[in-house]
Parts: sequence; structure tokens; C-alpha cells
Amino acid sequence: MAKEPILSAKDVQIQFSLRGKKLMAIRKCSLDLYEGETLAIVGESGSGKSVFTKSFVGMLDANGSIVGGSIMYEGKDIAKYKTEKEWMTIRGRKIAMVMQDPMTSLNPLKKVGKQIQESIELHQGLKGEAAKKEALEMLRKVGIPNPEIRYNQYPHEFSGGMRQRVVIAIAVACRPQILICDEPTTALDVTIQAQILDLIHKLQDELKMTVIYITHDLGVVANVADRVAVMYAGQIVEYGTVNEIFYDAWHPYTWALLSALPQLGVKGEDLPTIEGTPPNLFNEIKGDAFAPRNKQALKIDFVQEPPFFDISETHKAKTWYLDPRAPKIEQPKSIRRLREKMRERG
Amino acid sequence: MAKYTIKRLLQSAVTVLIVVTIVFLLLRLLPTDYYFTEDQLMKFTDQQKHDALEAAGLLDSPGKQLIHFYGRLLHFDLGESRRIQHGVAVTKVIGSKFTVSMRLGMISMAISLVIGVSMGIIQARFKDKIPDYIGTVYTIFVNAVPGLVSYSLVLIFGSRVLGLPSMYSTRKATESSILPIVCLAMTSIAYYALWTRRYMVDEINKDYIKLARVKGMSTKTIMVKHVLRNAFVPLAQYIPASLLLTISGSLLVERFFSVPGMGPLLTDAINRYDTNVVQALVMLYASLGIIGVFLGDILMMIFDPRITLVDKGGTR
Repeated sequence: MAKEPILSAKDVQIQFSLRGKKLMAIRKCSLDLYEGETLAIVGESGSGKSVFTKSFVGMLDANGSIVGGSIMYEGKDIAKYKTEKEWMTIRGRKIAMVMQDPMTSLNPLKKVGKQIQESIELHQGLKGEAAKKEALEMLRKVGIPNPEIRYNQYPHEFSGGMRQRVVIAIAVACRPQILICDEPTTALDVTIQAQILDLIHKLQDELKMTVIYITHDLGVVANVADRVAVMYAGQIVEYGTVNEIFYDAWHPYTWALLSALPQLGVKGEDLPTIEGTPPNLFNEIKGDAFAPRNKQALKIDFVQEPPFFDISETHKAKTWYLDPRAPKIEQPKSIRRLREKMRERG
Repeated sequence: MAKYTIKRLLQSAVTVLIVVTIVFLLLRLLPTDYYFTEDQLMKFTDQQKHDALEAAGLLDSPGKQLIHFYGRLLHFDLGESRRIQHGVAVTKVIGSKFTVSMRLGMISMAISLVIGVSMGIIQARFKDKIPDYIGTVYTIFVNAVPGLVSYSLVLIFGSRVLGLPSMYSTRKATESSILPIVCLAMTSIAYYALWTRRYMVDEINKDYIKLARVKGMSTKTIMVKHVLRNAFVPLAQYIPASLLLTISGSLLVERFFSVPGMGPLLTDAINRYDTNVVQALVMLYASLGIIGVFLGDILMMIFDPRITLVDKGGTR
């Protein structure tokens, strides 16, 4: 890809100290983000997808810090940012975030409109009436009917989906370049989920934003993403375009994830699950982090960490299976079945 | 809102009436000897006592006495003190004392609100850092050390080192008020600091603060615009009641510094079986307490839009 990334994370390491012990939550994670694209980061709970993206806005919890690597954004290494003042040049202004639970994300004692207005006043330099007008405009943009009335209401007068719309309005009010959506639909009703995803998509087109989705819902990924990165135990293990990941995955963890899709289940058969638990990040991980849970793991998986192998220009996977010296390994049946299924649907 | 207020006021009136009635009836169970001063008890013959009681209507049935009592209450006549200040109207006995207590109480409350709340804010802002530890040590000290010990420390320091009067006197009211006010404020500063810190820390850990942060607001702005306001709501609820009840004074502090306030009055009246004074004080404190809680609820409703005390009918 000839395009220059707008944000480029390289070998990022994030460490947390918990009760005197050190935990490496992100282990040399790299990611390039290109303008205008929609990138989905998938992985199970605790794989570090949230932590990784939170580091782009300096929102790590107080006991966590970036201990290695760099995050280049607009020519500056934001991984080196320490003070609030530095982060405030980016946070909300250039990179905004939508959080998971709309029920608790809004201040219950402040008018909804005012909460949007705060963001506008902070970043666009508008004051008073002008800011209010802009806030009303934002409410309208995110599809809230009767904005004049809604402006003066409090969060408890809004439903979950409506609140998430408000949270999105707050995030995009300052026209950010990058919008990080951290499981934006997890807490919502299924019917509302689709509406919220549509809304984000619409706003992305309208405001020319780059969007990162963090999710463990592969259904969402298939619908919205251009590119997918799969995370496991604090690392990205495979990334590629949606088609490449869904039809031609190569990392055994991606296989396992895809096999567990309910849509692929055969009536009467048990749905496959990924056995075992993710590795304990307090310990040093040797070799491929997924090896202990992988029935077809190679010997080398337990000894040495695999590098990334290119599958195509856009598709890379971190597994020894792709090494020319590795024994011939076929993609599991379920992956092939998925490919066929998708083809049938066109 | 207006309907609710009227409803609550009527409810409050009924509550006070019930309290007053119960106390009145209980007091009728006391031996009648206590309606006389120690002097009269020695000198009066049984016949004289009987006549006096009959004249005062105290030998009537409790029901009749109660009706009589309500009647006088309507004219705001609470009777006379019999033993504390013989023959002086109860309203006058209380009137001369409550201003003293209230003055000390209000000043100390204002001081402790300002210092206590700021202390709590600083503690919450620098949680688990040195300012927080200092505040916590102070709070624990005030709560753990018995009042008389800490008051003695204040007294010794105040009178020996600063040369302030150790006894309250009306002639030097300002100067001699300082030490009692300090002692009163000492405890409530700890109280306000403790709760302000607690409620603020509660708020800081909420999701909406994270959203405010990710929105790009500075910690300082968040503290002022989001945390402090929200944390003050639960605190505000108790302020009206505390303010009104400053009138009751503090038993310990007023005894300690010989302040002629309301503090020791109720216990004195009970000890000396001055029924009319007991009756009046119970009625006063009950009314103030109820009004205070009522005002607190109204205040909460103004601050927190989620709370509607008015029954919407069928919503839950």
C-alpha cells in the first residue's frame, strides 16, 4: 500500500503494575492506520484490544504505562507524552473515543445538550449561543428527534440507544480525525446495534473520519470493517482486509475464532469452542502465545516466537505455519466451509 | 411541586403533633411531687399540695389535660418553668439561651463547611498522596480521641499559649467564643472532609468522568464542573437540618466552657423533672428536625433532576 499511515504504532509495550507485580499487557504490538479506513480489532476479553487503543489517547489507567515502542501521529511520538497538557492537544480534538456503556457514560446531573456543548466550547472555540446552536446541530446529526426539547433533558430521560447517540455526538462534535469505538454496541439491544453502526458509518462518510472498532462480535466486523486485526495475549497475530481474514485466515487463533461463529454451526453438532484459557500475562511468554491451546501446534511454537509472514501485500500472519520449512498444514474444514458459505451468498 | 410541599408540610405537622402528644402523656406518668419546687415541697401540707394541683388542672383526667394543653398550644403558651427558673415562661427560658447556642453553632458550621469541604476536595484530588494522608490522620484523630481530651488540648493551647479566655462570659462574648467555636468546628470539619472526600472519590471513579477526560477536558475543569457538583448533592441533603439544629447547642462543649446555651438544658430539665421545659424542647427539636429533613429533600430535588418526589402515578 503506497498510502502513508496517519497513525503508526510500532512495537508498543504497555505494562501494568498490580499489587507489586508487573504485567505486560501489550507485548510489542504494531499497527498502521490509514486515512479514511475502518479498522476492526478483534480478540477475546483480556487480549489487550482496549488497552492498546486507549494508549492512543493517553487514557491508560494510572498504574499502566507505555514502556517501549512508539506511536507516531502527525510527526510526533505520542507514546512519549506524559503530561495532561500534551495529551489535551490530541484527546477529543484529534482522536476521540466512544465508550462501551452509554448508561454510565453521561453525567446524570447535567443536561444532555450542555454535555455536548462542553466538548464544542473546548475544541471549536465557540461560546454561548453559537456553541448551543452547534450542539443542537450535533443532536440532529446523530438522529435525535426534537433536538430543542432533548437539549434540555437529562440522561435518565434517554434510552440506551439514544444515550449512545449522545455519546457519539460528544465524540464527533470536535470533528476528530480518528474515532475509536470501544465495543460501542455491546451494551445495546440487537435492533439498536444496527442503527448505531449505521450512524457511525454515516458520520464517518460525512466527516471523513478514520474509525477503529474494538469488538469481539465478528458479525459487526463483517458488516463495517475494511481491515481486521486479530489480537491475542497482547499482540496482533494476524491482520488483513475483511475478505482475507474471513476467507483465507492463517493464524490458528483466527481459525479458532472463526470456527466458533454460530452461523457456521451445523445442526445437531456442538459449536466449537476454544479450549483452555489465555496465558497469564504476569509470566513471560515463550514462543507462540497461542500454542498451548492449539492442538496442531508445532514444536517450534513452544520455543520461539514466530515473526510475521506475508500472505499478500495487505495480509500478514504471525505463525510458523507459513514458514516454508513448516510441514504442510491445511486450513481447517470450518474455514473452508465459511468460504463456501460466503460465496453462496455472493 | 406546590402540591407536594403542602402535602409534606401537613405530614410534618401531624408527625410533630404525635410526638408532642406522646411526650405529654408520658410526662403525666411522673409523680405529682415534681410540680413543686424543693422549697414548696418542704413547706406545703398535703392539703395545700392538693389544692395547688387542682387549681393547675393537674388532677383532671389525662384526656382533659391534653385538650387543655392543645388549647394553650394554639396561643403559643407553653407554660412556666417550675424548677429551672421558677415562674418564668418556658419560651423566655429557651429564648435567652438559644441565641447563644445558635450564634456559636452557625459560625462554627460556616467555618467547618468552608474548611471541611475544601479539605475533602484536596484529599480527593491528591488521593493516596501526602495531603490525603494528613487529612485522614486528622479525621481519625478527631474521631478516635474522646471529645473531652481534644477539648482539653484546645483549652490548654488556647488559654496558656494564646491567652484566650477559658470560660465564656457575656461581657467578652467575642473573645470567649473563640475556643468553643474551635472545639465545635474541629469535629464537623472532620465530618465534612470525610464525606466530601468519599463522595468525590466515588464520582471520580465513574464512567462519565472517563468520558469527560477523553473529551479532552482538563482534570481541573472536570473536578469543578463534574465531580464537585455531583459529590455535593448527597452532602447538601443534611445541611438544612444541621443548620437548624445548631440551635440545640452542644452539651459537651457548652458544659466545658460554661456557655449559657441550650446544650445542657434538656438534660437539666429531665434531671430536675421540669416537665414544661422538657415538653417545649422536645417539640422544638422535633419540628426543627422535620423541617430540616424536608428542606434537605427539596434541595436534593433541585440539585438532582433524577429525583422527583412527586408521585407521577403508575410509573413504578
